[in-house]
Formats: sequence, C-alpha cells, structure tokens
Amino acid sequence: MDAASGTLATTRATPDYDFGVVRLFTIAAMAWGIAAFLVGVVVALQLAFPALNLDLEWTTFGRLRPLHTSAAVFAFGGNTLLATSLYVVQRTCRARLFGGHELARFLFWGYQAFIVMAGVGYLFGITQSREYAEPEWYVDLWLTLVWVVYLVIFVGTLARREEPHIYVANWFYLGFILTIAMLHVVNNLAVPVSFLGAKSYSAFSGTRDALVQWWYGHNAVGFFLTAGFLGIMYYFVPKQAGRPVYSYRLSIVHFWSLIFLYIWAGPHHLHYTALPDWAQTLGMVFSVMLWMPSWGGMINGIMTLSGAWDKLRTDPVLRMLVTSVAFYGMSTFEGPVMSIKAVNALSHYTDWTIGHVHSGALGWVAFVSFGALYFLVPALWNRQRLYSTMLVEVHFWIATIGIVLYITAMWVSGIMQGLMWRAYDSLGFLQYSFVETVLAMHPFYVIRAIGGVLFLTGALIMAYNLWRTARGDVREAERTGGADVAPALAAAH
Amino acid sequence: MPTKIEKDSVTGTQTTGHEWDGIKELNTPLPTWWIYVFYATIIWSVGYVIVYPAIPWFTGHTTGVFGYTARGDVAKQIAAARAAQGEWRAKIEQASLEDIAKDPELQAFALAGGKTAFADNCAPCHGTGGAGGKGYPNLNDDDWLWGGSLKQIYATLQYGVRADHAETRQSDMPRFGVDGMLNREQVNDVAEFVLSLSGKSTDAAAVKRGQPLYVENCVPCHGEKGEGNRELGAPKLNDHIWLYGGDKASVAQSVHAARRGVMPAWSGRLDDVTLKQLAIYVHSLGGGQ
Repeated sequence: MDAASGTLATTRATPDYDFGVVRLFTIAAMAWGIAAFLVGVVVALQLAFPALNLDLEWTTFGRLRPLHTSAAVFAFGGNTLLATSLYVVQRTCRARLFGGHELARFLFWGYQAFIVMAGVGYLFGITQSREYAEPEWYVDLWLTLVWVVYLVIFVGTLARREEPHIYVANWFYLGFILTIAMLHVVNNLAVPVSFLGAKSYSAFSGTRDALVQWWYGHNAVGFFLTAGFLGIMYYFVPKQAGRPVYSYRLSIVHFWSLIFLYIWAGPHHLHYTALPDWAQTLGMVFSVMLWMPSWGGMINGIMTLSGAWDKLRTDPVLRMLVTSVAFYGMSTFEGPVMSIKAVNALSHYTDWTIGHVHSGALGWVAFVSFGALYFLVPALWNRQRLYSTMLVEVHFWIATIGIVLYITAMWVSGIMQGLMWRAYDSLGFLQYSFVETVLAMHPFYVIRAIGGVLFLTGALIMAYNLWRTARGDVREAERTGGADVAPALAAAH
Repeated sequence: MPTKIEKDSVTGTQTTGHEWDGIKELNTPLPTWWIYVFYATIIWSVGYVIVYPAIPWFTGHTTGVFGYTARGDVAKQIAAARAAQGEWRAKIEQASLEDIAKDPELQAFALAGGKTAFADNCAPCHGTGGAGGKGYPNLNDDDWLWGGSLKQIYATLQYGVRADHAETRQSDMPRFGVDGMLNREQVNDVAEFVLSLSGKSTDAAAVKRGQPLYVENCVPCHGEKGEGNRELGAPKLNDHIWLYGGDKASVAQSVHAARRGVMPAWSGRLDDVTLKQLAIYVHSLGGGQ
C-alpha cells in the first residue's frame, strides 16, 4: 500500500510523499459514504413507511438516524477531509507528512475506531442525545487524542514546507482542524456517571446547555462541512480546471470574514425558545452578515473556471466540482434567509430544515468530495485516467436528479407543514391537527426516499468506477478515444 | 520558488507570483457588488441591533427601540386571539347545550372549536373522523353505550368511562370465565347464543344450551333480546355492531374476560367551554339523539 519508493532523500524535484495513508483514507471515504447513503435511504423509508422500524429497538428510527448523520458527516465527510488534507498539505508544501509512517497509520486506524465505537454505541442506545455529538464520553476522549495527532501531523507538515507561503487550501484545513478541536472539547465537557459505564451528564444545564450544543452544532456545519470542504475546493477546482485561482485577495477577505462571523451564528438554531432575545438577535445578524463571506468562496470556486468553461461539456468531474460550488452558494443564501426570525417562525421544526441541510450535504459536501475522489484515485494509484468518464457522467446525472427530488420534496413538504401548523379558520381555531400534517407529508417522504435511492445508486456506480480505476482498467469503449473521452485528468497530473 | 508575477493570457489579470503544485493565483480585486452587498448586510445588522434587544451587559442588555420581547409578543398575540373569541366563549359558557344547538351562529362556533379540540384530544383513539376502531367506539353512528343526547355525551366527556373521577361512568361486566362463573363450554354456548341474537349463529345445539345461561347471567344488563341498557352502559348485542369484534372467538373472549375499556375524564383537563363545544361537535357527527 505504501508509496515509499525507497528514495529517502526528499529532493526538491520529487519529495518522498506518504500517499499510502491517503489511499487508506480514500478507500474509507468511499466505503463509509455508501454506508451513510444506505442508512439514509433506510431512515427516509422508515419515515414514509413506519413498519420498516421492524419493531426492534436496534433498528428504530431513533437509533438509525444518528447512525446516518454521523456516518455522513464524520465517516464519509471526515475521511474525505483527512484524505484530501493529507494529500494537499504534502503537495502544496512539497514536504512529506510530519511524524512519519506510524503516526499517520495511528491517525487512520484511530479515526476508524472512533467511527466504529460511535456507531456501535448508537445501535445499543448509547448516546448523549446531542445532535452531531451523540458519542458518549469514552468515544469523545478517544477522538480528542486522535484529533490532536491530526493537528500535530498537519501543522508539523506545514512547518517543514519547502514553499515560502502557505496555500489557501491549507488555511481552511487548519481553521477546520483547530476549531473542531475547540468545539469538540467544550461541547463534550461531561461528567461520567461511573468509570465502567457509558452514561455521562453534560457540564452545562438548561438553556446554557442548548446554547453550547448549538454553538457546536452550527459550527460543525461551519468548520467541518464548510471550511474543510472549501479547502478541498481550493485545491481540486483549480487542478481539475487547469486554471489559476480567481482572486487571491478575495480568498483572504472571505477566509477571515467567514472564520470570524461563523462562530457567532449558532443561536439562530434556538429562535423563539427560552434563549434570551438578545442572544437570538445576535445569532440572526451574524448569520445575515455571513452571506457574502460564504459567497466569496463560491465566487472564487466558480470564477476559477474563467477560460475553461468549455471543459464543463466534456469533463463530468469538473462539472461535479462546479455544481457542488453552485449548491454551496444556494444553501449559504438559504441559510441566512432561514435565520431571519420571521422566516424561521415558519421554517423551524419543519422539513424545510432537512431540505436545507441536504442541499448542503448532498449538493455541496458530497459532490465536492466525489470530484476530489475522482481526481485522487488515478493520482494515488498512478493511473493515466479513470476507468470510465462515461460512468462519471451517469453518476453526475443520477445524483443530481436525486438531489433535486430530495430538496424540492422537502421544500414543498416543509413549507406546507409550517403553513398547516399556523393555519387558523375564520373563527380563530387551528385548522389542522398534527396528524393531518403528517398525512399530508407522506407523498413527499416517498419522493425524498426515491431521491435518496438515486443518490445511493450513483455512489455505487462511482465505487465500481474507482475500483476499476485503481486496478488499472480502462473501459473498452473509451480505450481508443481522443480528447472527447479523456479530459483534463491526464493533463492535470 | 521565487516570486514570479505573470500576466494571465485569458483574463489579462496579473498573478500573485506564487505557485503551489502547479496552482497559481490571480490578483483579481474584490468584486465591487460583493463588497457593497457585504457592507449592506453589516449596516442592516447594525440597524437591527439598535431596534431589537441585542447587546448584553453586566446587569441586562439593550432593549431596543420598541422594547420588544418575544414573551411579550406571544402574550399579546394570545390576548388578541382570546379577545377575538371572547364574546363567543362567554355566550357558550352561559348557554345550555340545547340553546347552543338552537342558535345557528353559536352552533357554528362550537362546531369549529369542537373540531379542533377533537383533533388534538380525541382523534388518537376515535380517529380523525370519529370512526373509531377496535375497542374505541365509532362516534358517527347511533349505537351509543352511554347515550347519544347532548347531555349524555357531555357527561361522558366530563367524567370519562371507568376513569379516575368520582362521577365517572362505571360498569363492570363480570369476567365469567376468568372468575370461574362459567366453564369453557358454557362460555362457548353463551357466545353462540349471543351471536344468534343477530342471526349469526351456526350451531343450533349450542344456542339451545346457551339460552338458559344467557337468561340467568346476561339478561339483567343486556336485556332479553340483547337490546342493551344505556343506563348501565351495557351494549346492544343484536345490532351487528361489535366494539371488540363479532366473530365467535372475540365474543367468547368478551364473555370470558370482559373488556372494560377506559376513556379519560376530560373535566379538569379541558375547560368547560371546550367540553361543551366537543359535546356539540360529537353530537353533530351523525349519531346525535
């Protein structure tokens, strides 16, 4: 597996990169991705057809739902971030990973152990009941150790870089690693009930506990799913497009404004609750101010294609990357809109929120990850090109249709749900009972599940394509092709 | 790598002169529209912070221009909603059920309120349309256990059935089989006889054996022909309507162990105006008497 070629000297021309660990993380990202999408389809079907809870405690929605979210965010997203960050930091610093072979392997296996411990716990009902921070104290302690190792490897590699400057992608990766460390530690401050038991109690209580949780929850989105993935965008978009980054100045301004503003926006998850009015106001205005800093990333991603727009026609990998940036722009506009209290009064607790999360998770996070993985696999396994560009094309369209079905179903369902909840008749009585709103949502739950099945199908096609690529195969029909079937990939390496 | 500023041939913009793994950066200025929209959101935010409660301080926080509070806002909205319904609610409070039913406007208000209260409180057992289910009576027909007049429905709502209330509707059919009052064959024969009251029996010999047992044990409450007794909450047995199933096994089970379904007493959980509205609404579902 290891890329160590036997050359010990890191010469200027060919540093002795550790790509072995990147390969491991790449495989893990693909495998966990399929697991996450599969469980997502299962929970979507459970919502449409409750009998699929199977009347077993381990398979109820309440236990599978955190399995889905953790698998998507931490297993699929996390492994993608680790794979790409360890690749990008080496390539853009012209330096081998700090800490050597063993430390990198500890990071890999330690992170997988975290995922397995967390997931198994959920199935047995072991949870802190904190959204996106469900793992109990022993898993949290383990992840803290693993994360510190990640930070050491990353910063150590930056420190031994051969380039005079640190590339923008690495700013975002470092921002993500540092902030997640802080969020993870503070939100998981808890007192275990016993040394041998899984249960613990949060160090915070009541409204403060809720505020800390949503400070964490919102910034898990802001730093894990946004800053980290912007790091991916800043390396893989210019590489795949073969064009310079649109604006260095914009990257500085939007990086610092994003980092500064995101961290204050969490209270918008607690509008119209026991949280004091002043905190709700601040959470809302910081969310609104976050709009342009987020769009700075979108502009830099999309405008990097100036002079390479024609490649979108022939290169589905680039199209996937650019589509992800478009979805990023859409959901970072939708987010500030939903944070406005008057809008939130309608949207909160409805499926609109679920749709919003998934336009970000499927459209942005997953698509930019897919693009990066399609780029990485040929590079890591020393292949000239992907097994099949046509299959990437198929994946792109199936997954895009899946996303569109998913988010439009949730928009309609969520807004309908919100309107039904607040509908009064002319005499001042609520017009609908809760169960009537559930009934009205059912068709949209079915459509959402269909969208999920399409998205999962696309990922399975991708896994097959990547596996064949790693083996060194090229699809028969594309073997003799010219420019139309062998896009910028080969040129990019 | 030394700094080497170049001019990008496509855009005509200069690069920053740095390069990482083949990636260069253009030195494009910030898009003007971007920076102005960013400023606009900041100005809007400052304005919002002045108008609404925002900046925390050691002893409190700024209260904004209008002194807005979310709690105050909700209290105002609830007060307004109450005031809008106040006149009607006062009338219903004072009027008798019959008077409400006679006044078309008052009745319309009661029906609307009753529908909402029914959906939130009654529908889980009786169904959204009041069609009921196994163990939960259908409220659309005239087969009432405890009576279908406005007063009787109102009383059932207030006190419940076999509920935790001094006035609750109470009737305890004996558990003939469980408590050893009838043996297995006798339970079977009585059940067969009960089925014969609605012409559904298939075993004439069992009916014959069951008849004296029925007379001795069941007639006091259910009547000679199975006509039931609403004073006692004893269901009709001759009308093809079965709360717990009309097949032989279900009827035998009812004789064997009795059913003794429970409905909560709603007096104390819901205010009297709501209970009156519910009585009017349930009465209107189709079976009111």
